[in-house]
Amino acid sequence: MREQIKTKILKDAFIAAAVTAILTVPMIGLRLNVESTGLVLHKNFLWPAVAAAVVFVARLVIPFVLIPKVSVPAAWTQKAGDYKKWWVGALIVLAIAWPFTLLGGGSMLTAVTMAMVYIMLALGLNIVVGYAGLLDLGHAAFYAIGAYTYALLNANFDLGFWAALPLAGLSAALFGVLLGFPVLRLRGDYLAIVTLGFGEIVRILLNNWDSLTHGPDGINNIAKPTLFGFEITKRARVEDASTLWQTLGIDYSNVYQQIILYFIALFLVVITAFLINRLVKMPIGRAWEALREDEIACRSLALNPTVIKLTAFSLGSMFAGFAGAFYAAFIGSVTPDSFGFIESAIILSIVVLGGMGSQRGVILAALVLTLLPEFARGFAEYRMLVFGAVMVLMMIWRPQGLWPASRRRVELPS
Amino acid sequence: MDAFLPLFLQQLINGLSLGAIYALIAIGYTMVYGIIGMINFAHGEIYMIGAYVGLITLTAIGAASGLPPWMLVAAALVVAVIVTSSYGWAVERCAYRSLRNSPRLVPLISAIGMSIFFQNYVVVLHTSRDLPVPDLITGHLFSVDIGGFEVSMSNSRALILFATVVLMAAVTLYIRHARMGRACRACSQDIQMAGLLGIDVNKVISFTFVLGAFLAAIGGVLIGLSINKINPFIGFLAGIKAFTAAVLGGIGSIPGAMLGGALLGLVETFASAFLPTEYKDIVSFGLLIVILLIRPSGLLGRPEVEKV
Amino acid sequence: MAGIAPSGGIAVMSENAIIDKAEAVTAAASAPILSVKQLQMRFGGLMAVDNITFDVVEKEIYAIIGPNGAGKTTVFNCVSGFYKPTGGDILFGDANIAGRTSHEIARRGIVRTFQNIRLFRNMTVVENLLVAQHTQLKTGLLQGLLNTKAYRQSEKEALERAAFWLDKVQLREVANRGAGNLSYGQQRRLEIARCMITKPKLLMLDEPAAGLNPQETAALDALIRDLRDTCNVSVLLIEHDMSLVMEISDRILVMEYGQPIAEGTAEQVRHDPNVIRAYLGDE
Repeated sequence: MREQIKTKILKDAFIAAAVTAILTVPMIGLRLNVESTGLVLHKNFLWPAVAAAVVFVARLVIPFVLIPKVSVPAAWTQKAGDYKKWWVGALIVLAIAWPFTLLGGGSMLTAVTMAMVYIMLALGLNIVVGYAGLLDLGHAAFYAIGAYTYALLNANFDLGFWAALPLAGLSAALFGVLLGFPVLRLRGDYLAIVTLGFGEIVRILLNNWDSLTHGPDGINNIAKPTLFGFEITKRARVEDASTLWQTLGIDYSNVYQQIILYFIALFLVVITAFLINRLVKMPIGRAWEALREDEIACRSLALNPTVIKLTAFSLGSMFAGFAGAFYAAFIGSVTPDSFGFIESAIILSIVVLGGMGSQRGVILAALVLTLLPEFARGFAEYRMLVFGAVMVLMMIWRPQGLWPASRRRVELPS
Repeated sequence: MDAFLPLFLQQLINGLSLGAIYALIAIGYTMVYGIIGMINFAHGEIYMIGAYVGLITLTAIGAASGLPPWMLVAAALVVAVIVTSSYGWAVERCAYRSLRNSPRLVPLISAIGMSIFFQNYVVVLHTSRDLPVPDLITGHLFSVDIGGFEVSMSNSRALILFATVVLMAAVTLYIRHARMGRACRACSQDIQMAGLLGIDVNKVISFTFVLGAFLAAIGGVLIGLSINKINPFIGFLAGIKAFTAAVLGGIGSIPGAMLGGALLGLVETFASAFLPTEYKDIVSFGLLIVILLIRPSGLLGRPEVEKV
Repeated sequence: MAGIAPSGGIAVMSENAIIDKAEAVTAAASAPILSVKQLQMRFGGLMAVDNITFDVVEKEIYAIIGPNGAGKTTVFNCVSGFYKPTGGDILFGDANIAGRTSHEIARRGIVRTFQNIRLFRNMTVVENLLVAQHTQLKTGLLQGLLNTKAYRQSEKEALERAAFWLDKVQLREVANRGAGNLSYGQQRRLEIARCMITKPKLLMLDEPAAGLNPQETAALDALIRDLRDTCNVSVLLIEHDMSLVMEISDRILVMEYGQPIAEGTAEQVRHDPNVIRAYLGDE
């Protein structure tokens, strides 16, 4: 009997290695490129050989080795919960203090500010995917709508950031309702494809409606936000107005501007997190969770699934709109390319990696996924590759995410 | 009015050959969905990989040989089919099998991850640029002059149509008569029962993925030879459209995939005749949204009644 | 009282049964709150339910019984809005609710339980009851976001209502446990409490005694009676457990193959030859 099992394991290992060879020899072993001579083929059979060998060995070894499921010990999460007020406070202090320690390194500041944008986007998508359980593959569309709303209002009507911000959120939410109303009753997979289609439609429209959106060139020279009414740019946009720097008597420095922008982003993130935290504890949050669990039971209790889904969808879109408006102000220009499916996929990766329905997990994942590439600049082209692989691996090994939500249950006092 | 007939005929030819490609890819979507109820988001990328393996084969052989074009094409098809089917098999085995009983969102996200992975896998290995595919299939099957306008069908288009018709017929016959085909039908109706009756469900599912990859690979190689360029992102768009075709025809139905493919190809081609080319994609997406809203079971599908 | 049914085929109603029904109706002497007329449900070529007509009056416990496949759950699904009937009318209050959506019908005061209990398993017992009160909330989104006094008061009252119902079904001790961790009998009671907290006019129970032992069934019996007596609710139930049905029901409708074959009080139905034949077969 042992012999039979041994030969079976050996046979499986050979087959797996052979398949690996078939998979890797053409694609990895032979690489195409266009060079001056035309189409060329580069041969390198080292990697396929290594891959096949690794797979072979792994298949031999795995039946004898138990791979433990990765899980954070329950005691840790419990402890973390007990000290919540402390480390949340510490985090906030850290968030406020750190920019001043890096006055020399401006690029980090930009990266972290963009991370803030992704946190906002991911928190918004988290409501849709994590709480309400709706798979939205086109979230970048609402991001784009918020960005372009501010860009257009600023370019055409000279509207400032703070005035346009609520309008950006509103217009994104409105599109969320318009799209959601007919579409949210579709089953999960279909909803995913439809939202993906919608995301593409928005991108194509932005790219081609030249008269409105300036097509692929996008809209440039968008105003930065003001701080308490003072402009933070080097020279005032409006004639004769004095900038913040002139008023305070400080020399303008690019870093100072970045710091201000960072704090504005931080402020927006804190508000977003606070609002979402409230929403989840409110009846609407309970309704989202109930809907995710059992839609039929909800209907039997007079809960209207479409309305509940719409609330989640439009709120998620609204936060994406806010993020978009800030992005437009931060970068100063918007082009349709920044809002394609890749963006939607990145935001979804963040939500999945962090833990669907977990605010803190999502924040952690956003920081990791946006900042890690900064430290690994050489691996930039592998970024999306790793994203994809991580999504698959997370679903297989830890579908609940890095830092799953421990639900604060409503307790009945005895 | 004079120009109408020849233009119409030309668009008809173009639309059908485009639709044939969609049909080839759509079968993969519809069979997988019919049996395990999930959209294989990575299927478009499988098609793209087929195109790349075809080009790699052509480049690898073509450099040395003085082989006739038809042999090169045949070689490309054979190699692409073998390699791509392996990819299809591997994707199911690695990314989906262990998630079969998880809540719906989990395998879906895994599939999206696989799709992103494959796109960038190819980008990293073969750059993100358009790669030229040698023009091995030249000439026209026919070219007539109608009212002063030329109506022609290129040989590559003819090959696509011919191959698709033959393959569709073969697949339909196989599903109807062969043992594995019957097993597929049984699984799509009631997979639990099929398993209890002794059908090796894992084998059937693997077969479905392999068959889908097989057809998609052929589509990929032929489209490369027809358009003469490929890039890592052709799978994304083609995948969504093929899925639209599958839904249009009725998801889970193989004749539906063929019908849907043909219809979508025609709609898209005629739309691009009237609208600027960029907007034609909006027509396809719009059509998808409309079908899902009005008649989610598609043209040939059966409306599902929800069990309470 | 037993009539001689016409031989052969499925008799719809024997003469005596019709007289008995008239007696039962006058005996009830209250206004019908639910009036189902000629209900028909067809699935493609299959006629699942046809020609079903019955009333449920105020404070009545009305049961639908019949062999498996008789169409009882289909009737339930039609009345509660999960199926769109292909024919007939369903009058509730002064409106025809046939074909309306399930949540709208629930809003009007008809709630139901499910054959395979549908609780929110990952939420606690209390949270299940809070979700059920969703439509009774008086405060809006903004008040919730700002955590106003009115909002906190509204949440407090919701918890108190939940506590009241938990006491009523003896689930107070497990209030903070996950709903999926309750025993089968406890889950059934929770499902009923969840229905009742929505203040319904008609409570529909789909095989409430399934899987319960005799003590639990007796407790269920008492609970249903109590609900009917004190909460001004009528009960429509499907059941296979004959002991419960015969004990508790004011009137019973017997179905077979989607058709009605008898209606009346428990006594009448028990002796109806069509019913006997449907359950025991022809001799």
